[in-house]
Amino acid sequence: MGAFGHYLASHFTTLQKEFWYLLVGGVANGFLYGMVAVGYTLVYGVLRLINFAHSEIFMSGGFAGYFLMKALVGTTVPSGLSSIGLIGLGIVAGGLVGALVATALERVAYRPLRKRNAPKLAYLISAIGASYFMFNLAGKEFGRYSVSVPQPYINHAVFHVFGAPVLMYDIIIFVSGLIMLFALDRIVATTKLGRSVRAVAQDAETASLMGVNIDRTIALTFVIGGALGGAAGFLFGLGTGVVYTMGFTPALKAFTAAVLGGIGNLRGAMIGGLLLGIVESLSVVFVQAAYIDVVAFGILVAVLLFRPTGILGERLGRAA
Amino acid sequence: MLNVSNAVVRYGAITALHGVSFNVEAGEIVTLLGANGAGKTTTLRMLSGLHAPSEGSITFEGRNITATKAHQFTSLGISHVPEGRRIFPQMTVEENLEMGAFGRRGSFSEDMEKMYATFPILKDRRKQMGGNLSGGEQQMLAIARALMGQPRLLLLDEPSMGLAPMIVETIFRIIGEIRDSGTTVFLVEQNAAQALRLADRGYVMENGRIVFSDSAAKLLTDERVRAVYLGEAV
Ligand SMILES: Nc1ncnc2c1ncn2[C@@H]1O[C@H](COP(=O)(O)OP(=O)(O)O)[C@@H](O)[C@H]1O
Ligand SMILES: [Mg+2]
Repeated sequence: MGAFGHYLASHFTTLQKEFWYLLVGGVANGFLYGMVAVGYTLVYGVLRLINFAHSEIFMSGGFAGYFLMKALVGTTVPSGLSSIGLIGLGIVAGGLVGALVATALERVAYRPLRKRNAPKLAYLISAIGASYFMFNLAGKEFGRYSVSVPQPYINHAVFHVFGAPVLMYDIIIFVSGLIMLFALDRIVATTKLGRSVRAVAQDAETASLMGVNIDRTIALTFVIGGALGGAAGFLFGLGTGVVYTMGFTPALKAFTAAVLGGIGNLRGAMIGGLLLGIVESLSVVFVQAAYIDVVAFGILVAVLLFRPTGILGERLGRAA
Repeated sequence: MLNVSNAVVRYGAITALHGVSFNVEAGEIVTLLGANGAGKTTTLRMLSGLHAPSEGSITFEGRNITATKAHQFTSLGISHVPEGRRIFPQMTVEENLEMGAFGRRGSFSEDMEKMYATFPILKDRRKQMGGNLSGGEQQMLAIARALMGQPRLLLLDEPSMGLAPMIVETIFRIIGEIRDSGTTVFLVEQNAAQALRLADRGYVMENGRIVFSDSAAKLLTDERVRAVYLGEAV
């Protein structure tokens, strides 16, 4: 066996030992990526544009949750039902503020361009401008340093899978992520509202002939994507703390996840998010932790080069 | 029922319609004939709010609808079967029909059954994706989808385009039945012979202008129409 063989063998031994531990963390991250990735994919579906200001929607949800927890969580750490209630409130607050910011963004940064039939490049510049404006505003108003969110629950190990602890934080993300992504999937696949989003994504002009108000449908996709992105921002901040630049890296990874799953494909974004979270987490065995972001963006470049339509292929249109 | 007066439509610097006027009365089938590029599709797009006229006016059942937006037309009672059918490719046949009823409140399952009775092939295919249907099936779906909006005026843009003669027969027979059941039809066609046999009246369009109009029977024997649109030597 050569030196490289030894390298691989020793790393695989580590992988075996650490697998379940890394998997749990990877799935938790994956749900967060998925929740943000659907926002990219929904907006791409109806507008054929990447909402590069989505990172600031995520950030705004993080701060909404932070201020709410600061107001509601006292000196003793809550437990039981009050924990669940507080986390629920945090998700709602993050989601509401995320939806609000997304709506404002659509109105101010995108709709005027759409009404003027502006070229795609104008949208991109507008998005980057809006993004800079928002995170710098947050930095000015809320300070430049990361602050931790007052914890509304005790983060103990709830159970173990093959020796790896599953923390309360992981469970909060699994449960809320599953509920939100499942609900979104069903809404888009089976409701009239979801049908209007899919119709606009497939053929906007014909959708309007059917009586679909395109402006309202586009605004609605920003609301839905913003709500999930903002809720994810709260959940992320709960574990990592909040700071004005907190959206940048997670959102770029979520964008990677959306591309990986096939931008415009809703389930693709969910699967892409989970996959990216897991791969990224497991790759810690093979590369130094400092390189972990390189793995995610390496995947982005590779997908764009070799399979630009992603795993499931483009199109939000698909119902099931 | 429908009155268009001196309508001008521009695409940027290009003027596609140079002041067209025509009318459609309730219960009629009126056909608009013309060569490729004459402005027929533009006329229909104007009649369903996809492209507002820059001059002139449109009234429907006495209401001025010149500035009405596209998504408000189905609730006015006007449905549009667009050129090229424009089926939602990644929706099932059933979902496409549901889209046709988008502007309606309440249950429409009865109408859905009616459509399946008129177009049995759609019932067989109701769980299939629209994009997987044949051209003829898509045309039937496009018509059925428009009818789901319960229109009083149905706009059809070249429903025979690219279809085999037998299917064209079927489509034209169904258009006749639609009129007989009380829906007024405005039919754009290049297939002049068949359209005139079905229609009550016709307008002939050239280069964005209506050059003449008459009853369908008269147009069928008109030598200008015969020469240019029926491909017959005079
Ligand atoms: N989107 C558009 N932009 C610019 N010109 C157009 C557009 N659509 C149609 N036209 C022009 O308007 C004229 C009428 O086109 P159209 O209404 O499609 O004719 P028809 O349906 O009779 O074939 C043509 O000269 C065509 O080139
Ligand atoms: Mg045409």
